[in-house]
Amino acid sequence: MTTEQALYKYCLRLGDNALIQSYRLSEWCSNAPLLEEDLALTNFALDMIGRAQLLLSYAGVVEGMGKTDDDLAYRRGERQFTNTLISELPNGDFAFTIARLFFTSVYEYYFFTELQNSADTTLKAVAAKTLKEVKYHKAHATDWMLRLGGGTEESNTRVQAAVNALWMYTGEQFETDKADAMLQDINIAVDMPPVKDKWNVYVQEVLLDAGISVPVADYMQTGGRNGVHTEYLGHILSEMQYLQRAYPDATW
Amino acid sequence: MDVLEKTDSIQAEMLRHFEEKIERGDAIEPRDKMPDAYRKHLIRQMSQHAHSEVIGMQPEGNWITRAPSLRAKQILLAKIQDEGGHGLYLYSAAETLGVSREELISQLHSGKAKYSNIFNYPALTWADIGAIGWLVDGAAIVNQVSLQRTSYGPYSRAMVRICKEESFHQRQGYEIMAKMMQGTKDQQEMAQDAMNRWWWPSLMMFGPHDSESPHTGDAVKWKIKRHSNDELRQKFIDKTVQQAEVIGLTIPDADLKWNEAKGHYDHGPIDWNEFYRVISGNGPCNRQRMEHHKRVHAEGAWVREAAEAYRLRKEKELLHL
Ligand SMILES: [Fe+2]
Ligand SMILES: [Fe+2]
Ligand SMILES: [Fe+2]
Repeated sequence: MTTEQALYKYCLRLGDNALIQSYRLSEWCSNAPLLEEDLALTNFALDMIGRAQLLLSYAGVVEGMGKTDDDLAYRRGERQFTNTLISELPNGDFAFTIARLFFTSVYEYYFFTELQNSADTTLKAVAAKTLKEVKYHKAHATDWMLRLGGGTEESNTRVQAAVNALWMYTGEQFETDKADAMLQDINIAVDMPPVKDKWNVYVQEVLLDAGISVPVADYMQTGGRNGVHTEYLGHILSEMQYLQRAYPDATW
Repeated sequence: MDVLEKTDSIQAEMLRHFEEKIERGDAIEPRDKMPDAYRKHLIRQMSQHAHSEVIGMQPEGNWITRAPSLRAKQILLAKIQDEGGHGLYLYSAAETLGVSREELISQLHSGKAKYSNIFNYPALTWADIGAIGWLVDGAAIVNQVSLQRTSYGPYSRAMVRICKEESFHQRQGYEIMAKMMQGTKDQQEMAQDAMNRWWWPSLMMFGPHDSESPHTGDAVKWKIKRHSNDELRQKFIDKTVQQAEVIGLTIPDADLKWNEAKGHYDHGPIDWNEFYRVISGNGPCNRQRMEHHKRVHAEGAWVREAAEAYRLRKEKELLHL
């Protein structure tokens, strides 16, 4: 593996996370429990589409095959997508979406904080921009975890169920492989163990405050980063890529 | 003077004061005295407008996950978000008249309050996203520009803010259509098909002909409405025909022609049977739109309850500190 290949993989994974998470959040449009929340969730989706554009464009440049962000978003198949599994799970109820946003935004907050020190100037710039956005995502998700956990019996039951169901998908966020190690050696990639520690501390603190018990991890799901997904991803792609696939010669 | 006579004279004095204000062209503000009928008319119109913004999110929302490029997705999502924001301003503006958002939503659900008929049509292809932005937002702007000078202050200010965004939407919709007309044969056909389906319903957005419109009287006297349905419709047609020509789209009206003497386009007859059929509940999507709104509102009840319970608990905790 060359440095370029490792960097391509790194950008693609980050870009795919943003793209697939934005897809799920955008599904809340005109489906949220409050108009204000409709606007908030789709606003986060917009942030993530922007992030996906930056990262996928850069992946295309690094790969050097002349691919654009749209080529990468709309013309790859299920096995070529490298987002984490937690990003692609269906929205479930509002508690599930909030719990997912909580787990991912807390991770992203610590991750992008570190990525600001990357030796790669593009990633460094993307990290600085993204950090401003994920601060809001994290604050918003934290607020709702507290409200749902400390709201009614029903909301507590629902958010606890969501946390339990999502827990086994949280570990994949901290996985690393050869590509990460190569890039870390040259100060491009983030060192993950400290990110994981900070994530654990913050998550446990909020769950405790919210009256939600922390699940016990017996097994963590894996595979997304290497293109082995849940059955849900194929359906996302068939919807998302439909026009590009049906009219391959068209530009829109 | 007995009490009744006294109240009558106070009422008359109030009405005279109100009408003078309207006459001078001053804005009416929430704390000003206003006739009950004025307040009712405004609540009806503003809530209908707010509901339209919100229900209008559904047909466009139908294409977010399928938008054909990241840029297109971003523009569409931001547009729909703007519409939701317009809904929020308008609900708040209506609340200044002493009615709550929850009340307005229950009027929508009971069928007492209406929303714009146009959103009872389906968004079938991607070109519909272009047609909605260009034609539907285009028609809405003509109406809303006129409402910027409406007599009720909060409504007029909401319109000023909203109009800026609506003209973006219109341009973005037009851009989608223009791009498709420069594209493949399939794309051109898709664009023309959307034009054919959205043209007439867009003209109907301005409401019945002036000779038929029941609400025109008071609304005009009170300067809520500043231009008639037919005037606004004509303005929309005149600006849109030329835009269609530029990108090679045909207006689906064989009778459409420039009238040199009037300086306007003449158009063929509008199918008012269709208009009344859709308005009375038998459009292609009436049931779908309302059921969606009701279902989402009902499904979200536990979230709103949780937020309220949490707020009350925190308030109590603060008091006991
Ligand atoms: Fe609108
Ligand atoms: Fe709007
Ligand atoms: Fe609009």
